[in-house]
Amino acid sequence: MERMPKKYYAFFVLPTALAFLIAFLIPFLFGIYLSFTEFSTVTNSRWVGPQNYLEVFAGNSSFRNAAIFTGKFAIVSVILVNLVAFGLALLLTRKIRGTDSFRTVFFMPNLIGGIVLGYIWQLIINGILLNYGVDITFSASYGFWGLVVLTTWQHAGYMMVIYIAAIQSIPVELREAARIDGANAWQELRNITVPLVMPAFTICTFLTLTDSFRLFDQNLSLTAGAPARASAMLALDIYTTFYGRVGSEGVGQAKAVLFFLFVGLIALGQLRITRPREVES
Amino acid sequence: MQRRQRTQNGVIFVFLTILAVLYLAPMLIVFMNSFKGRFFISDAPFALPTAETFVALQNYFSGIAKTGFIRAFGYSLFITVFSVGTVVLFTAMTAWCITRVKSWVSSVLFYLLVYSMIVPFQMVMFTMSKMANLLRLDNPLGIIVLYLGFGAGLSVFIFSGFIKTIPREIEEAATIDGCNPIQTFFLIVLPVLRPVLITVTILNTMWIWNDYLLPYLVIGNTYKTIPIAVQYLQGGYGSRDMGAMMAMLVLAIVPIIIFYLTSQKYIVEGVVAGAVKG
Repeated sequence: MERMPKKYYAFFVLPTALAFLIAFLIPFLFGIYLSFTEFSTVTNSRWVGPQNYLEVFAGNSSFRNAAIFTGKFAIVSVILVNLVAFGLALLLTRKIRGTDSFRTVFFMPNLIGGIVLGYIWQLIINGILLNYGVDITFSASYGFWGLVVLTTWQHAGYMMVIYIAAIQSIPVELREAARIDGANAWQELRNITVPLVMPAFTICTFLTLTDSFRLFDQNLSLTAGAPARASAMLALDIYTTFYGRVGSEGVGQAKAVLFFLFVGLIALGQLRITRPREVES
Repeated sequence: MQRRQRTQNGVIFVFLTILAVLYLAPMLIVFMNSFKGRFFISDAPFALPTAETFVALQNYFSGIAKTGFIRAFGYSLFITVFSVGTVVLFTAMTAWCITRVKSWVSSVLFYLLVYSMIVPFQMVMFTMSKMANLLRLDNPLGIIVLYLGFGAGLSVFIFSGFIKTIPREIEEAATIDGCNPIQTFFLIVLPVLRPVLITVTILNTMWIWNDYLLPYLVIGNTYKTIPIAVQYLQGGYGSRDMGAMMAMLVLAIVPIIIFYLTSQKYIVEGVVAGAVKG
């Protein structure tokens, strides 16, 4: 069906296209425009040129702090989540009894919403810190490691099922051939499993990286950025700028545009780096 | 060799069991605390309830009353069911159409949708919620349109990846037999899409059920979904009712766990399929 009468084409495409226009495209383009203006509602915007962008980085910039915090968090959590997930996947593809139950348990935290997860871990972490007479809002590094633990707990199971699927799709003959050639477990892992799981590795690092950068709900409920705004990540910093104080909406929107460019560049860059390392079995 | 492997597997089994217990512990601790009096939680979250601290279901009653949890559950359910249904149906239609009909409109739409996937919500949150107010989409029915628009990218992308692998001959035969495109889609294509329909349904359900910021900004003042109700309990710092909080966390988790245990197979398959195509 290379061609379709117009009325049918409209029937199939129009509902989605209209919703996309309303919910995404117009807000997106208008958002770019607003980042160059000063406004408190959409109708009272006044053109100010690049001033908002300059203000984002001026002085003691909360955006810069948030960017550094987010960057560190992304690096640590991508490594931890993927190490734990891949480790679990290796252990759960050895036909040990109880494998299905273990998989069920490790996957479970994923389905719980970020707000709820944040409050669960707030209770646990504050309970532990109680012994030292402080709580999670005492220092940004508590918030940082709290978020890392939370994220690893939440995402490792998700990535684990992707790794399990990848490991199980490796042809048995390859492993057998390697064993006949006298490969030990380590050589088998390094020369067979890891290269053939590379596509899954690309997907999982991509997902964990973009998720870490966009993290918001968990950040809001676990620390809400405390102390002050020291543990706020980029998404939360933008939110606080927008809704925390009237008059800084333009700066908030400028931050949002920069955030979008960040996430976009990182997503594209990451695919460039890992894609070429994939091999076919 | 055999014996060594068996001891090795035994060690791994014990290790995984300990890890599984640690994994479940946070949820169990919250569950345990939901039965303790509100002033006995923050001071000793790891202590079991005692005769003095045990309050039975009191936290549940006060939490439900404070947050309007029953209504929140209703809103969450309504919004999730109808939004997911709408997203799945319309994006399947769109994906089929723009994958099969080669035209500049199709490719422009496809690339715009795919590119929208990497745009973080914060980029459009302000303008989108203003747009929603303007068009009177700020109610549980209108928010469905927003989910369709914002969720279209990923769903169309997954559908169209699958549609490319279906041979066209079946559809062509249907056309020759006199089916119009609508009949072809609903009678021939939709049944073939079944596995990927499940994937898209699962991914969208996980997203919309747990979504906080979009409904909070658009309808949060009038209609509280479950995540909004939980966050609402936070209130001003220091003043919150920990007992009610614990009870609401439990009530927020339980429906998800039930859903998960009953449809685990589909969820795990959906996640794997979604990731591989995404």
